[in-house]
Order: sequence, then structure tokens, then C-alpha cells
Amino acid sequence: MAIEVRIPTILRNLTDDAKVVEGSGATIGELFSDLDSRHPGIAERLVENGKLRRFINVYLNDEDVRFVGGLEAKLSDGDNVTILPAVAGGSR
Amino acid sequence: MRYDSLLDSLGGTPLVGLPRLSPSPGVRLWAKLEDRNPTGSIKDRAAFFMIEQAEKDGLLSPGCTILEPTSGNTGISLAMVAKLRGYRMVCVMPENTSAERKQLLAMWGAEVHFSDAAGGSNEAVRVAKEMAAANPDWVMLYQYGNPANARAHYETTGPELLADLPEITHFVAGLGTTGTLMGVGRYLREHKPDVRIVAAEPRYGELVYGLRNIDEGFVPELYDESVLTTRFSVPSDAALKRTRELLVQEGIFAGISTGGALHAALGMARKAEREGQTADIAFVIADAGWKYLSTGAYEGTLEEAEERLEDQLWA
Repeated sequence: MAIEVRIPTILRNLTDDAKVVEGSGATIGELFSDLDSRHPGIAERLVENGKLRRFINVYLNDEDVRFVGGLEAKLSDGDNVTILPAVAGGSR
Repeated sequence: MRYDSLLDSLGGTPLVGLPRLSPSPGVRLWAKLEDRNPTGSIKDRAAFFMIEQAEKDGLLSPGCTILEPTSGNTGISLAMVAKLRGYRMVCVMPENTSAERKQLLAMWGAEVHFSDAAGGSNEAVRVAKEMAAANPDWVMLYQYGNPANARAHYETTGPELLADLPEITHFVAGLGTTGTLMGVGRYLREHKPDVRIVAAEPRYGELVYGLRNIDEGFVPELYDESVLTTRFSVPSDAALKRTRELLVQEGIFAGISTGGALHAALGMARKAEREGQTADIAFVIADAGWKYLSTGAYEGTLEEAEERLEDQLWA
């Protein structure tokens, strides 16, 4: 099961500068474990004490996974996952 | 309608139906025209409430200096109110913001300090906090953490929406300081427990997310996840496309962040339609398109516009 994962600049030192990597897993948590097997250290940058880190946002098909089950959010073939640091963003 | 002064005309904005973009008579979209505020954006509500509260608290008196990290609408709103009330206004904004905003701020007499484009508003917030520490007599209203920001929407935007659309099922707005969603969301939930509160968060080019380390990340102090039903990240191409659709189909000339909110609203509409439910979905037109003309968002093909928008702060 192939899931496309977009990696933010700040984590690309762990993916040989790849912006997009592929992974697999039935849930977001499993996907992160799978990524960690090929990009050691990445899971620890995303998850702390079994939860997503406060300043990490993960989107499943553009929806914030915190609202669809967090690390337990279910994945299907062809889903895309985007990882981004939480920032103040644009023009307020 | 007659008012004693410009500030008295704040709020009370129209809610208009979108007959062409609504998928069916049972699933309807409604736009809250927040560009019809004194300086042309929803931020007038927060700016006015934050200044009023600071005056009540004795923090502000004529001659005082207001400092705020803002790359746009909040700064423009604060600058206007500050001008009328006799305050000096200092804004800290990222250098990669549109020319119109810089000119508008200068026009209302605000002084602008530029922060590095890399890091976007994050960097502006950091610089403003430094400046506040160095100038203890300046007042930083701090829209990201000021409860008066959310209260403005709890006391005005929320009640207006419920009065105009008692059947409301969804409320969708852009997510920035989170003030609009927190204030309106709390108000609506108290009166319509089943209402869905949906955030549309702009997704920018990479430059904006270029933190040096993850601990520099930022979540506004006002943000309370439990108020939201869900939250979508809207890429700039989708926001641009929807901004243009709104103009072509319904005649509404809105800013680009509104396209992001519309994108999420249409997603909710499709979902309701699929599930055979009726829905009345209200979303926020945060401002009109004038301030973004120089970004090229309304010119040429979508692809061209998208390229021009890369690494600009469009919402």
C-alpha cells in the first residue's frame, strides 16, 4: 500500500533532501514507523510520548489528522500525507 | 443606515446566498461579507475590541505607542483606529508582503519595521516580542493571544450569523490568529450544539515553513482545538482557483484567503450532498481582492498566477 508523504524542509536532512517519500501502513502511526525504518530518527521528530508533537501538523488528504484519529487515523492506498511545522503563517 | 462615526458602523455585514456555487436547494452556501467593514476586512472587529479593552484596562492613553506583529489586515485596522484615537502605531511585518499593504499602513500613519521573509509571520512575532521587551512602555495588543480578539467575534460576528441564518449547520473560516473561529465557534455551539466549525488553513510555499528547528514552531495562544470540528490545509492553487470561481460565478471579488475558506466550504457541501443531508454553510469573505492585485492573482492563467504567488504571504 503506497502512501505519498510530503516532507518539510526541516526534516529533509533525514530523507537525503527528498521532498516526497513513499511509505506504507494501515494507520498514520504505522506509516511513521515504516518511514523510520528507512529514514532513522524521523519518527522521534514527529511523535513524543505516543502523541504528535505540539509544533508538528500532519494532514491526511489535506485534513488535519488530529481531527480524524491522530496517530490511529486510517490510511488507504493512494492517500497523501503532508507533514508541516506549525507556524504563524501569513498576513494577520 | 446612519452612524455617528466610521467606527460606529463596524460589523453588521451582509450575509449573501451563493445560488450558483450551492450544489442544490437543500445544500446552500452563504457568504459573510466582512470586506464591508470600515477598513475593508474582518480584522476591524478584533482591532476595535482589542483597543477598547486596552483603554478600559488603563493600558492605553492618547500618545501611547501600539506595537503589533502583522503583515496586513490587523495592522491596517489598528492603524486606522490608532489614528482616530491619537496613538502611535508600529507594525512588524515580513518583507514579502504586498505593496498595497505597505502603502495602506503608511497612509494611516503606521511605522513599519520589516522582518526577514524566511519564517513569515513567525519571525515577525519573534521580532515584535523583542521590541516589546526593549520598549516596556509600548503596548503590544498581540492578536494571537488577546482574548478580546476572539470576544469580538463571540459578541458580534457569531450573533449576526445566527440571527441571519438560524438554520446554520456549518461555519467555515480561515485559520490565522484563530480569533474568528474561536469566537464564532463558541457562540454558535452554545446555541446550536450540532453546528460544525471548520477551519481552512492556508498552505504556503516552503519559505514560510523554513524554521531552524521545530521548537521555533508556533501555535496561537487563542487556539483551542476542541472548538473545531475539523481543519483543512488548503494549498495556494486551490485557494486561487476558488477565488476566481467566486468572482466569475457569483460576482464577488474577494481576497485569496477567502478562496481557501470557499474550498473547505465546498468540500463540506459535497459531503452533505453525498450523505443526503441538508446543509446551510456560512463562510467568511475576510476581505476583498484589491490589496492583492499586485500579486498577479487575478491575471493570466491559474498556473501563471500560482507561480507568482509562490513564497508570498497570500492570507
